[in-house]
Order: sequence, then structure tokens, then C-alpha cells
Amino acid sequence: MTGVAPRGRLKVFLGYAAGVGKTYQMLTEAQDLHAHGVDVVIGYFEPHGRAETIAMTEGLESVPRKTIEYRGATFEEMDTDAILDRRPHVAVVDEFPHTNVPGSLRAKRYEDVHALLDAGIDVFTTMNVQHLESLNDQIWQSTGVRVRETIPDWVLKQADEVVMVDLTPRALLNRLERGVVYPSERARLALQNFFREPTLVALRELAMRQTAHAAESRHQDEVRHTASAEGIALRADERLLLMIDPTPASAALIRRGRRVADYLQAECLAVYVTRSADLRGLTPEQRESVDRQLNFARGLRIESRILDGEDVAQALVTFARLHAVTQIFVTRHEESRVAALLKRGLVQRIVNLAYDMQVTIVANRSERGGT
Amino acid sequence: MRQRDPDALLKHVQAAERAAARGTLKVFLGYASGVGKSFRMFDEARRRHDRGQDVVVAAVQPTMSVDVAEIVSVLESIPAKVIEGIPLIDTDAVIARRPQLCVVDGLAYDNPPGSPRSKRYLDVEVLLGAGINVIASLNLEYIDEQQAFVRGVTGTAPAESVPQEFIDRADEVVIVDAPPEAATNAQAQQLSQLRQRALLLTADVVDRQLEAYLELHGVRQTWGTQERIAVCMTPRANATAMLASGRRNADRFHGELFAIYVSQPNLTPDDRSALARNVTLARAQQAHVDILEGKDPIGAILAYARTNGITQLFVGHNLRKGWRTRLTGSLLDRLIAEAEGLDVRVFPH
Repeated sequence: MTGVAPRGRLKVFLGYAAGVGKTYQMLTEAQDLHAHGVDVVIGYFEPHGRAETIAMTEGLESVPRKTIEYRGATFEEMDTDAILDRRPHVAVVDEFPHTNVPGSLRAKRYEDVHALLDAGIDVFTTMNVQHLESLNDQIWQSTGVRVRETIPDWVLKQADEVVMVDLTPRALLNRLERGVVYPSERARLALQNFFREPTLVALRELAMRQTAHAAESRHQDEVRHTASAEGIALRADERLLLMIDPTPASAALIRRGRRVADYLQAECLAVYVTRSADLRGLTPEQRESVDRQLNFARGLRIESRILDGEDVAQALVTFARLHAVTQIFVTRHEESRVAALLKRGLVQRIVNLAYDMQVTIVANRSERGGT
Repeated sequence: MRQRDPDALLKHVQAAERAAARGTLKVFLGYASGVGKSFRMFDEARRRHDRGQDVVVAAVQPTMSVDVAEIVSVLESIPAKVIEGIPLIDTDAVIARRPQLCVVDGLAYDNPPGSPRSKRYLDVEVLLGAGINVIASLNLEYIDEQQAFVRGVTGTAPAESVPQEFIDRADEVVIVDAPPEAATNAQAQQLSQLRQRALLLTADVVDRQLEAYLELHGVRQTWGTQERIAVCMTPRANATAMLASGRRNADRFHGELFAIYVSQPNLTPDDRSALARNVTLARAQQAHVDILEGKDPIGAILAYARTNGITQLFVGHNLRKGWRTRLTGSLLDRLIAEAEGLDVRVFPH
């Protein structure tokens, strides 16, 4: 931060599948601004060979991409430094959830976008709803697709505007069949995966609800902002505590907890409870898994810590009471029958001890193999 | 996904068969004027025309933007008749012309006095019945059931309207979403509320279509696109707190609230009156109330949850003590163990 330029504004064009017209609409608005004399540049654009979209870039200045060598191959990424030097009013950046090739200055494109925003540059960007971190398990469960490039929810929440780019699934499938979205072979494959009608219908519904939620939380932020300006402190009336364990189910627990906390406007904490603070009782794999889960939670802006206590359930509930937690989240995932019995005993004990708060046993949203 | 009785399913299939002969309706829904509905609709009409479809314009707005006027000038029009200054779609001419696609801008118009049908959407109904596909545009404020909400937000709502049911029956609804551009902060807040409502309304239409699709194709799958919370009421559960929390959570998620209980024999008069009180409370919280039958309460609850696409089950802590279950272990433990794919939230007593 230079301390001079106010932070740029972020506008996200949200869709539910490739080919609904996110980039097209983003470029249409960029052209509109350009026509009104606003200094707009294309920071990154993915043409996908779509003629109508490519035509929309005509007359707009593009900042050339940077090439990066990685394992003998050449990759192209957005040249964030060049855009920062160029200092446009607005930068158009396609594919918000993109992961940069290793060796790039920043791991994620959204981090590049943050660098632009910090420098006072407004950014237009695009993403599909299935790339939202907190929906990852739900998408997996419903489609069998584990989306790898995700956007933490707080990143979308920081957007100044989220606009839904809508196209009906039928129209999208028509476009796909006509080869507008992908060249034909890819279209055939795409039709077999994400592009089945019920999948598209469900994703579209999720995108609409997400857009409405974004508008609503924006509105509530303003209310809160006004209140605090008038000296009224609005406290979150709920506080969630997520109990992390070394199993993979913890990631789902963290995502679900984050999502519920956002909708309830609740605060969210996470703990891993262990008998020894230095994680002595764990295998190296478990230790690594716990670290990964804690870091994952922190990446989603959940305050996370390790807690030690001889009695795991008791330590958890005491911590919860001390921190005015209203709801504890635990997993129900079990690896083996023995683990299941032990885990069931633990959940029972937590439920019994936490008689003054709510305990949520989170669903195991694993893949059920699509339709 | 809701389970319907066989008769309803049969009706549904018959409706699907009838629909084959009927034209399809696609509605472009906006949350306020100026978001570009008309343009989006005419742009689609132009694209379809360019791809060789037989497109005819049957109604335009009295004032058109330059972009829209440009498209209209390229397409064939069957001009509306104007009676006492009010436009009326020339349905006979459109049906005689039999285009593949008919464009109707402004779905909510009242027809002039003395017209065969009082409302424009009823004319559209006639076109659809004649097998003509229609694309039409509409703003949120013109949906009858939304007008009270719109009036609450903006202080005013137009006199003309289209029933919500007509939109629900549309084959496709497209939301034309643009960020609110408002002069003042207060205006921006109003527009934002209308926008949220339009998005959620369309999401609900889409949700029903998804259910219908899955049902028609015999697919049993819960997508969890919408949060559905079911509160399990037992005579001694703290139903007041659970229902209040259920309502609040359902509202925050823009989801649905259900309240259920499994009917049991040998209830004491006290238990029975407690349950009756809970049902009243549930109705007051606008929950869908259902009474389940079955010897196995957990099985009944989970079956209900699955057929109704429940995502969160709220149960009372005292489920542990509520029923005589010494032999099978506590009901709560069993519920937690068997509620695969559901969040189970246990409430304090």
C-alpha cells in the first residue's frame, strides 16, 4: 500500500459453467467504459477460440503475458508487474480461481488481483460458482468432480459487486452442441461430466443463491459499518467452534463450518485437541495432516489453534464455554469399525458435556457418483 | 426432491406429454427497469433469427433503446393493434403466421377494454397453446405475489400484474442481473433488495424445475442446492428454541423449514398436549408440519429426510432419554450413526 491510492474496486462476473457468457459480459462492460473514456486494459484474457468473445476485445489495450519456464515447458501467466507499471483505471482479468504455474511470484491469480486492488486499480474478473471453497464437497458429492482450483469464500465476500451471468442450461447445451463453447471433441467429453442438464440446473441455482447472498452480506456490512460509525457495536450473536481431527473429513467440516458461519454471520474458530501440546502422540502422517487442516482453516480466515488436554471432550467443551461458543461442529467420518466405535463414544461425550450449547455432527458429503 | 403420490406423478407425466405439443415459454426476468432485459431478449431473438429460426415480434415497448430498435428493425413484426391508445397483440395474425418464435416485450400489460382476454399474458397462453414458442420479458414488480414486497421496499407497485404461477410454469426463466446503479445510497439499498428477491425467486423456480426433472427421470439424488431444515419434535424437546432457531437459520439460508414428529402409541395426556402445542408453534413459524408413522422412529425420520431433500436435522438433546430404548442403544446415537449425508444438530434441553 502506498497510502495514497484508495483500494481498487473488485467486480466479479459469476457463472455456473464454461460458456454461459461471463467473459463476454465482462468485456462488454469494459468496452462500455472504454467508450466513455475510462482507461481500461486487458490484464489477462482466455480466448478459448470463441469468435464472439474474441471480437469483444477489439480496440482494448492488452498487457502482454509473461512467460515462465517450468520443468522444460513454457507457461504464460498474467504480468502483474507490467499492469502495475501501466497503472490503468480498470484491469480486466479472466479466470479468477486460476492457480499460477510454480515459480510465479504469487501462487494464485486472486493474489495477483489483490496486488492490483492494493495499488488502487479496479478489477473485473470471472469465476464459476463451483470454484467457491465452501461448496467443494457439495459439488463433489453431486457431480463426482473434485474442483481443484478454489477461491476462499472471504475473497469473494470482499468483492464490491458480484453479478450473475445467466444463461439457461438448455441454451448452454445448445451452444455446446453447436461447438461455440469448446471444439467438438472436448464438447463431447464435457457433455459427459459437468454438462448434464440436472447438474447445470443445480449449479445455476447455486450461483443465483450465492449472488443473492453476496448482495445481502454487502448490505449487512453497510448496516454494520453505519452502526459502528454511530458508535453502536454489533456483536455476532453466534460463535462456531470446529473440532479438527487428522482425518480427511476435517476439510469438509471446515468448509461446511465456514459456510454456515457466513450465512449466520457468526464468528468461527477451530481447534485440534491433543493429549500433548507437541503432538507427540501422533504419527508423522497424522501430524502433517493436522498441520494441513489447521493451515487450511486459517486460509479460510478461521482462527485455529492446538489445544491440549488429558480428556479431549472435556478440554473441547471447556474451551467452548470459555469462548462463549454457541455451536460445536464435529465430524462423523469413520475410517474403521474400531475407530467408529471410539469416535461415536467421543461424539456422545461431547454431546453430553456440551449440554448448554448446540452440537452439529457434520454430514459426510462424499461422492455419491453423480446421476 | 419431493416424493409425490402416484396420481400426481401420472398427472406430471401427462402434463409433460401435453407439453410436447405446446409452445415453450422463456421469460427474461429483471429486478428493475433499465437492467437490460429487453436487450437480452431481443439479442437472443436476433441470434436465433441469424441461425435460421423463423422469428416474429408481436409486442414492443412504446420507447425502445437504440440497441433494441436496431434489432427490431431487422426482425419481422406483426404490429400490435392499438385500441384507445392501448396495444393489443394480434394473436389471430400471429397464429395464422405460425412463426417458430414469437417475441413479446412487456408481459404484464392489461389489454384494452373489450378485448377477448383482459391480460396480455393470457394472449401469450393462447399462442403457447397453438404450439408457438414465446420469449417474453418481465420485471419483478409486475409479479402479483411480489407486489406487496416491492411496495414495502419502494413504496409503490404498478397496477398491472402477472400471477406468479404463470412464471412458475415457464419452461425457462433467465435472470437479467446487473449491479444496481443508483443515484443515492437509499436507492441503492432498495435496488439491492429487489435484486436479491429476483435472484432468490428465480432460484426457487429453478429448484422446482430440478425436482421435476429428477422426479421425471427417476433420479434419487439430493443436491442440497437449497438448505432444508427439519426440526424433530418430541413431547419433551425444547421445541420453542429449536423452532425459533430453525426459522432463523432457514431465513438466513433462504431455505425451507420443516417440523416433524413420529406418532407414538401410549402417550400420556401431558405428552399429547405438549405435542399439540409444538405443532401450533411450528405452524406459527411457518414450518411444513408432517406427522410420521412407523414403529421405527429413526427409520421414519431418515426416510422423510431423504425424500424431502433435508440438509439439516435439528434434534433435542433429550432424545436420548425420551423413549424406552435400553435394548437398541439411545435413539440419538443411532440417529447420528445413520444420518449419512445430513448435518445433525443437537439442541440443549
